[in-house]
Amino acid sequence: MLERAFSGDQKYYRWVTILLVFIGLGFATYLVQLNKGLTITGLSRDVSWGFYIAQFTFLVGVAASAVMVVLPYYLHDVKAFGRITILGEFLAVAAVTMCLLFIIVDLGKPMRLLNVLLYPTPNSILFWDMIVLNGYLFINIIVGWNVLDAERKGVHYQEWLKPLIYLSIPWAVSIHTVTAFLYAGLPGRHYWLTAIMAARFLASAFCSGPALLILLSYVVKKFSKFDPGKEAIDRLSIIMTYAMIISIFFVGLEFFTAFYSNIPSHKHALEYLFVGLEGHGKLVPFMWAFVILALAGLALLINPKTRKDEKTLKIACVCVFTSMWLEKGLGLVVAGFIPNPFEHVREYAPTIPEIMIGLGIWATGFLVLTILYKIAISVKEEVSS
Amino acid sequence: MEKSKRDFLKVSGLCALGLGVLPLAKGIAAGNAPQVMQNPEALKGQQWAMVVDMKKCWEKGKEGCKDCLDACHKVHNVPTIEDPQEEIKWIWTEHYENTFPGLGNPYTNEKLKGKPFIVLCNHCSNPPCVRVCPTQATFKRADGITMMDYHRCIGCRFCMAGCPFGARSFNFREPREYIKDLNYKYPGRERGVVEKCSFCDERLAVGQLPACVESCKVGALVFGDQTDPKSPVRKLLDTNFTIRRKTELGTEPNVYYII
Repeated sequence: MLERAFSGDQKYYRWVTILLVFIGLGFATYLVQLNKGLTITGLSRDVSWGFYIAQFTFLVGVAASAVMVVLPYYLHDVKAFGRITILGEFLAVAAVTMCLLFIIVDLGKPMRLLNVLLYPTPNSILFWDMIVLNGYLFINIIVGWNVLDAERKGVHYQEWLKPLIYLSIPWAVSIHTVTAFLYAGLPGRHYWLTAIMAARFLASAFCSGPALLILLSYVVKKFSKFDPGKEAIDRLSIIMTYAMIISIFFVGLEFFTAFYSNIPSHKHALEYLFVGLEGHGKLVPFMWAFVILALAGLALLINPKTRKDEKTLKIACVCVFTSMWLEKGLGLVVAGFIPNPFEHVREYAPTIPEIMIGLGIWATGFLVLTILYKIAISVKEEVSS
Repeated sequence: MEKSKRDFLKVSGLCALGLGVLPLAKGIAAGNAPQVMQNPEALKGQQWAMVVDMKKCWEKGKEGCKDCLDACHKVHNVPTIEDPQEEIKWIWTEHYENTFPGLGNPYTNEKLKGKPFIVLCNHCSNPPCVRVCPTQATFKRADGITMMDYHRCIGCRFCMAGCPFGARSFNFREPREYIKDLNYKYPGRERGVVEKCSFCDERLAVGQLPACVESCKVGALVFGDQTDPKSPVRKLLDTNFTIRRKTELGTEPNVYYII
């Protein structure tokens, strides 16, 4: 099936070339980082995780969201999702690939990566995250690939895949729960020390993931003969609406607990994010952009007219995806470190090289996604013709 | 050469058996390994601890004295990096309000306000950094020291997120270039790993007290085994009111302060 990735029109090759250029630039910048160390980033001894880990966290959510098409299709027999489950699974593959790359570029000693396997440490959440992420990657590759191959041959997929498909459902929940536990179990990081962290992560995953999937479905529809179907998109947009409402509700809960209890350490990070703390407020404009985009997205989604209209739904998806990226892929990780354990406010901003490496990884993810989608769509076009 | 399936299975079975027995063989071999003899002078303890007598430090010490900080950083090859983002510190000073967040009040005694407190790794009895490390590169020793293995650390910095005391520093750049006189008796670190105070394990092993303790001319730093009722640490704990940093987090820090 892989050969289908090599036969495309000029537009396809142009897109792949653009991605390769970004990958090349990112890789070259990574070589500089490898040579000089993480000093080329904006990280510090106070904010020791930043852009890389935030991207990783956000993308785990995108990966986990595949369950939002897999679960209704396989457990509730929602036929409309039959056409796009493969798109969900392959999106998960691309997202987990990016997650793993973001972890690797964040390491100070990447050549010692395998120490995590050589000295397995069950009391470390990072050890479990390694297991669930890699497991999820393999499950989705195996399931996606074999189901697609069966479709190409016009037969039912192998029986042994069924338990794997069922396993992928709780596994998707596990990747984001474990990722939330990376943060939610640390003493002294008040912004992260919240019991609803995993719930927040899942809720934001189930709106940002479907938002991307809907946008991708429209792209697929535009550039190929394969139509994911109106019903699938309708149902997906309803899932996204509920997840977005819950997500925003959860953020509100954090505000209530922090400000009604009036405990300074619990208020600090939120104050830093939304109004600035002790004159420092680099993230304030971004967080207000999050608020505005989230509300705009919600307004467009809750109104059935705008939710069902292709044009406004697309805008809503962009709003949801961007707002969740700002909240999780930017604010959440950084604000956990501010103020530092001595209550000094030391800010963080990613540097140009850091962003270049990040873009390189996003491009790598999109290349994986493009190739996998190209194969899937070619097969679907063949089958239908 | 033609090989039957049967032959193939035989060989693979044998290989599998060999692999299965390997840990056993390793275990037996390890039992016969030569043991490293301990220095008879070595100081022994179950949980090392430190009492920092700030009162003594301020009253008897010279204004702006940095003897303990300098002694530690010199003996351990700690680089002097000016950039506050990337500085490496094992022992340093922070203001009262910053050392004990929440203890300050609007009418804090002028004697305390803005006063420097000596801070270092607390070698907690229940250290979150050890709990989160994915490779056991940071671990708890039998004598209670929270130790780092700089050769195993992958530089993920999870321990830095886990430590509520800000005791850990990361080598963002090559540290060697920032060390003026290298101490050839102590190893340096590489770029890309986390480091922190080690309670001078290398000195305890040869019967010496930690460098900071030894360097203090007024005896403001006191070191000993807190499980031993006769230790100097326990004597101070018995006769003074002491506080520790952030006890509410349950990490059981082992550095005590007399104010």
